[in-house]
Amino acid sequence: MAKLTLEDLRKMREEKQKAMDMRDSANKNIQVIVGMGTCGIAAGAKDAFSALIDAINEKGLTNVLIRQTGCMGLCHSEPTVEVIMPEMPAIIYGNVDAATAKEIVEKHIVGHQLIDNKICDRPSIDIITNG
Amino acid sequence: MAFESYVLVCGGTACVSGGGDSVVETFKKELEAAGLAEKVQVVVTGCLGFCEQGPLVKILPQGTFYVQVKAEDVKEIVAEHLIKGRVVSRLCYDPDQAKKLVADANIPFYQKQYRVVLRNCGVIDPEKIEDYIARDGYKALEKVLFEMTPEQVVEEMLKSGLRGRGGAGFPTGMKWKFAQQQPKGQKYMVCNADEGDPGAYMDRSTLEGDPHSILEAMTIAGFAIGASKGYIYIRAEYPLAIQRLEIAIKQARDLGLLGEKILGSDFDFDIELRFGAGAFVCGEETALLQSIEGNRGMPKPRPPFPAVKGLWGRPTVINNVETLANIPVIINKGAEWFSKIGTETSKGTKVFALTGKVNNSGLIEVPMGTTLREIIFDIGGGIRGGHEFKAAQTGGPSGGIIPPQFLDTPIDYENLAKIGSIMGSGGLIVMDETDCVVDIAKFYLDFTVDESCGKCSPCRIGGRKLLNYLNKITDGRGVEDDIKQLEAISDAMCKASLCGLGQTAANPVKSTLRYFMDEYMAHIKDKKCPAGKCTKLISYVIEAEKCKGCTLCARKCPVNAITGTVKNPHVIDQSKCIKCGQCIASCKFGAISVK
Amino acid sequence: MSNNLETMTPELRAFVEEWKAKPGNLIMVLHRVQQTYGYIPREIAIETSEILGVPLAKVYGVITFYNFFRLQKAGKYNIQVCLGTACYLRGGDDIIKEFERQLGVGVNATTSDGLFSIEAVRCIGCCGLAPAVVINGEVHGKVVTGDVTRILNIYRERG
Repeated sequence: MAKLTLEDLRKMREEKQKAMDMRDSANKNIQVIVGMGTCGIAAGAKDAFSALIDAINEKGLTNVLIRQTGCMGLCHSEPTVEVIMPEMPAIIYGNVDAATAKEIVEKHIVGHQLIDNKICDRPSIDIITNG
Repeated sequence: MAFESYVLVCGGTACVSGGGDSVVETFKKELEAAGLAEKVQVVVTGCLGFCEQGPLVKILPQGTFYVQVKAEDVKEIVAEHLIKGRVVSRLCYDPDQAKKLVADANIPFYQKQYRVVLRNCGVIDPEKIEDYIARDGYKALEKVLFEMTPEQVVEEMLKSGLRGRGGAGFPTGMKWKFAQQQPKGQKYMVCNADEGDPGAYMDRSTLEGDPHSILEAMTIAGFAIGASKGYIYIRAEYPLAIQRLEIAIKQARDLGLLGEKILGSDFDFDIELRFGAGAFVCGEETALLQSIEGNRGMPKPRPPFPAVKGLWGRPTVINNVETLANIPVIINKGAEWFSKIGTETSKGTKVFALTGKVNNSGLIEVPMGTTLREIIFDIGGGIRGGHEFKAAQTGGPSGGIIPPQFLDTPIDYENLAKIGSIMGSGGLIVMDETDCVVDIAKFYLDFTVDESCGKCSPCRIGGRKLLNYLNKITDGRGVEDDIKQLEAISDAMCKASLCGLGQTAANPVKSTLRYFMDEYMAHIKDKKCPAGKCTKLISYVIEAEKCKGCTLCARKCPVNAITGTVKNPHVIDQSKCIKCGQCIASCKFGAISVK
Repeated sequence: MSNNLETMTPELRAFVEEWKAKPGNLIMVLHRVQQTYGYIPREIAIETSEILGVPLAKVYGVITFYNFFRLQKAGKYNIQVCLGTACYLRGGDDIIKEFERQLGVGVNATTSDGLFSIEAVRCIGCCGLAPAVVINGEVHGKVVTGDVTRILNIYRERG
């Protein structure tokens, strides 16, 4: 990769920000984000991750982007999965095992329904986007 | 088809026992009656914290947060909020705040946490530099390289009031200033990621979730003090953090954000990793530098301070991970913004690893000045299994134990020191009445004795002596004079040890003596452990009236100390019992108790 | 345990040569040695000291100072029981005693069949899962003494 100049870096930030705001990378408008810190992985995040992929493939969904992130801080409810999609509030689910992962795809993403007993509170506001 | 609104009812234990179930049922009934069953979904959630304010209801997408909701209130919430879109302010946690924030759908009404250090953790993909860049990443570096002088950067740090998050709380700007003032030449910037405190994992989570923030901060620090080389000293026990740092360093080098002439400026800076190898004393600056140099991690007397004479004899600044993670935000948003968060003397936020006997253990970040009660009960959801809060421990093996009378003390560096503890790196361990404070003091001493490097005798011998006395007391051989000995040795270690490890190793003993003398006395005079933890001072007894004679405990007992016939009360042979506790765990009738 | 002398692998030799010129290399090299053999064999320590030009006494001084370095080969399955504060409060010491009782060996020792070794470690950072046990990288959380037999059997079956 070529070394960035100041202008390159600024351009890159702007473009990526736009992409994030539209929550649309390569026509994928649904994001499923899995917490994959050491603690999440220890609690079974990798199982949840593959169960999500299986369920998404099974349903033939092409507009879902699954990605990893670090620790969301909700250690008591690991593994955690956040779902961000149009027409639904952004939701963090906790204690996501393979069965819950399947439910997230079938009920939340396809059925537009929230799932009982698994929702966690968002820990705090985002200082980057909300000052 | 999507719902228009969602009613989230907390399903945590406290909320359910406070009537949460009937709130759920009433919502379903009222929504049905109002013809909204198709438009509003009622969902039960996991514990939302704030257990003392339960039952809790949250309405999405607005994020309105109602507390102490009773079945009788539901009708009003449906009629006012869900039909007319008006907030029922009498049920809000803070009615004033309710009015202000109602317009913004994204901001929940009331939150104790405030994430500066953890701003990107759980948001970005830590293995993608573009994700970091999109969230103002490397923007602070731009500003520093092209709009500021090194002196201005140091000035900004001093103004922000940021203090070291590794434990002692030394002002970061001062450290930078000392190093900056040294004559030009090779200087080093070191990140201390040797998180050795047992029960703390803040730094690991930050490195795993947001590695670029540390690289950016180190580069800024390097620019400020005039260093071209940085080292991250990280525990070898953190393989995932190491892997993500390696990826991040490579990405930054590829894009020219590390290396020569960063972003086309005249500034060169590069970072290498160095692995720790499991020595707690290496959290001490001088010992850490010894370890990077490839030696045994033995501390050196200060002065000279590392800022004057550090790595390979050159001026060196050592900052901890959490301290560094604050720096890009301070540059971007300004020292003034940062210094508005926190208390008079302690600015910004603090990350805690909240663990132990608390319901919602987790990694939390709160403004300095938050009270223990808010952390443990509002965020942590209270004590597990309906037990009583007995004490909290901060600062790990160098810290102290905080009893219930200080639950409402605002936490900052000064207040913690006043009550006999320290901020430490951020482990916050909650204890209930089944934890014995003498045993806890013994646990920490056992740790520091094991980790003492042995260079100076107050720490090497004093620690061992303290541990011996504690063992004597928990074994039931203690005498009253032992307390005096504990106090005298503690004082001597504090005053005479070479480094921070020895100077603070007696803190767990000192603070437990200060607040829990009666518990020490119970061990010494009555030969009893009130918490039922010290095995030599307790016995397991089967209550004949409760025992059904199911034989399960006798089968579980690893040393065959339990005898009895089917359907008749069993008996434990105290001479054989090893107090492993398996019988208590197996008994279905609660017939076995600790005496 | 085998009596065969270990020899330095070509990859390791290349690594040592690469780091030879860098200041403060000893600990990084020892990490690589342990990664390669699972412990630090005496003959490799000698060779390392020769290549780096560091006295053997210093090499052993460093090895024995740091908890992470081992002088003996671990079992095929190394059982690491976390004794961080959170795990200790929730019964980590009982778990370690139960492993010791069932395997008949103490901490830092290996069973005679070479299958298991037990180690007490300080905080693996999974406090939400306390008490935690890590066996060859696999984490078992919220362990109670009654789980120990089941956990051991998982690895016995794998052989």
